[in-house]
Amino acid sequence: MIDSILETRGLTKRFGGLVASKAISLDLRQGEIHALIGPNGAGKSTLIKQIAGGLQPDEGSVHFDGKDVSKLSTAARARLGMGRTFQISSLAMEYTVLQNVVLGALGHRGNVFWFFNNVMKDAELLETADAALTKVGLEDFRNFRASDLSHGQRRQLEVAVALTLDPKAFLMDEPMAGLGAEGSQQLIGFLDTLRHQAPILLIEHDMDAVFSLADRVSVLVYGEIIATGTVDDIRTNSDVRNAYLGEEGAA
Amino acid sequence: MTKETLLNAVLLCLLLAVPLIAWVSDEPFIITLTTRAVIFAIAGIGLNFALGFGGLVSLGHAVFFGIGGYVMGILAYHAQTYTPLMEWPFAVEGTKSMLIVWPVAVVVSGLAALAIGALSLRTTGVYFIMITLAFGQMLYYFTISWSTYGGEDGLSIYVRNTFPGLNTMDPIQFFAICYVLLLIVLIGVHCAARSSFGLMLRAAKQNEERVQAVGQGPYRLYLIAFTISGAITGLAGALFADLNRFVSPTMLSWHTSGEIMVFVILGGVGRVFGPVAGAALFILLEHSLGGLSEYWHIYLGAILLGVVLFARGGLYGLLAGREVAHD
Ligand SMILES: Nc1ncnc2c1ncn2[C@@H]1O[C@H](COP(=O)(O)OP(=O)(O)OP(=O)(O)O)[C@@H](O)[C@H]1O
Ligand SMILES: [Mg+2]
Repeated sequence: MIDSILETRGLTKRFGGLVASKAISLDLRQGEIHALIGPNGAGKSTLIKQIAGGLQPDEGSVHFDGKDVSKLSTAARARLGMGRTFQISSLAMEYTVLQNVVLGALGHRGNVFWFFNNVMKDAELLETADAALTKVGLEDFRNFRASDLSHGQRRQLEVAVALTLDPKAFLMDEPMAGLGAEGSQQLIGFLDTLRHQAPILLIEHDMDAVFSLADRVSVLVYGEIIATGTVDDIRTNSDVRNAYLGEEGAA
Repeated sequence: MTKETLLNAVLLCLLLAVPLIAWVSDEPFIITLTTRAVIFAIAGIGLNFALGFGGLVSLGHAVFFGIGGYVMGILAYHAQTYTPLMEWPFAVEGTKSMLIVWPVAVVVSGLAALAIGALSLRTTGVYFIMITLAFGQMLYYFTISWSTYGGEDGLSIYVRNTFPGLNTMDPIQFFAICYVLLLIVLIGVHCAARSSFGLMLRAAKQNEERVQAVGQGPYRLYLIAFTISGAITGLAGALFADLNRFVSPTMLSWHTSGEIMVFVILGGVGRVFGPVAGAALFILLEHSLGGLSEYWHIYLGAILLGVVLFARGGLYGLLAGREVAHD
């Protein structure tokens, strides 16, 4: 049996008449980057939300690390080891970069009901936080407020916070959006090594990134997975070419 | 030293200097006025813990202020009439000792906040505001009809509660007690604001989704914050009743809730010392404008409007600038 950390079984989600997820079954295996691609509005973010919590599927279930987590809260799933980054940066905007990563490290450590410690002087948390900042290349921006960061830097900070959670799997919704060519290249290099720490379910629009990184690719169109396979499988798949890659080539 | 610490120091010195000068020049009224400001500051610090750190807009904090007041009033009433508070299942006597009254006021108002919070925090936004207001009105009307303890007329206490070694009826000594309590509360809240809990709570105020993504549930954070908040405001209520030697349903009215919120907004929402500045300014305005016109609340309203429109951070935002994130 293949060792998969995450598995969805027949996830279906309807928004009124719109079927945003149509019986989606996919899995994420140890050590891999599984890319999820698809045109705008295909239902990629909707799928991530059902996996990470916050959006209850109408049908189907989510299994993580051998457990059915479908009924668990977002927070409980994060504690089990889901490290998520958001398509639209979701940070504590009034906090500094450092406070945001310390927040992640603290959330992961637990024991948040301490009332008289000075959390920004906690050596253990600071160590985790600084290591994460260094990995994404934000170490020079520790004392910037999140609200003063560029769009791309916020995406990097999202990734850094996810790192502090030491997750069993990463769920990343378009981490490269807005990074620029150089930033994207850096992040691609970083994700390449990250997969050995924990597998990544990666939503990405940038085809170059997907084709250079992914071990497997799933293609989502109108809420339905029309193909899953290796990069070569997907490149040569005629359904995919028609439904998606072809459109992109024409554009 | 940041501007903020400087402002904190100036504020604390002023609050101490004014009653001392009044004491020397024999003006007990000014001492009592400052004592009021100190007590209001504590009430505001309580509300600020929920409103400023957790973003919980409670319009029912008069409940905890009033509960603190009634705890003090009821204990003192039974002590001065020599009647037991209850005889079954075990006998409880009234008391005039501050060292007993305060913890009881803190615990009872904290428990009330826990219960009210547990129910109200299932809602958010404007519904949360309405439900806290509704609880406030419920308890307000309950005290009005509570004839055992004076109903609408309230309860009068003959002499202030006692504190070992002090004459609490002496205005300057009673002021000293309140001032020291204010300092203790400020130190506690300052620590809590930069603690693990404080970091997580203030993150939840900014972005609940972020807090959930790092594995924490906002509900528990809010509930604990609301409980602590209620407990602090309850302590202020006990002191306020003691200051006036009188407790009545007015302490629980939504008007009182609004006033406590004014202290917080005037001073600067989410700033540890904000309510101290807010309460002091409020008393100052009440005293100076109240002398000019019976309708001084109109001017207060105008000032409040100005703060909300032009100085979002209140006095602290205006004078100390944006809060320093961490040192
Ligand atoms: N809460 C909602 N209520 C109603 N419709 C929704 C909701 N969330 C998403 N949708 C719809 O579901 C579809 C899928 O949206 P989703 O955000 O998952 O797409 P996506 O693949 O992530 O797109 P993008 O590439 O633009 O991020 C869209 O048509 C969207 O309008
Ligand atoms: Mg999306």
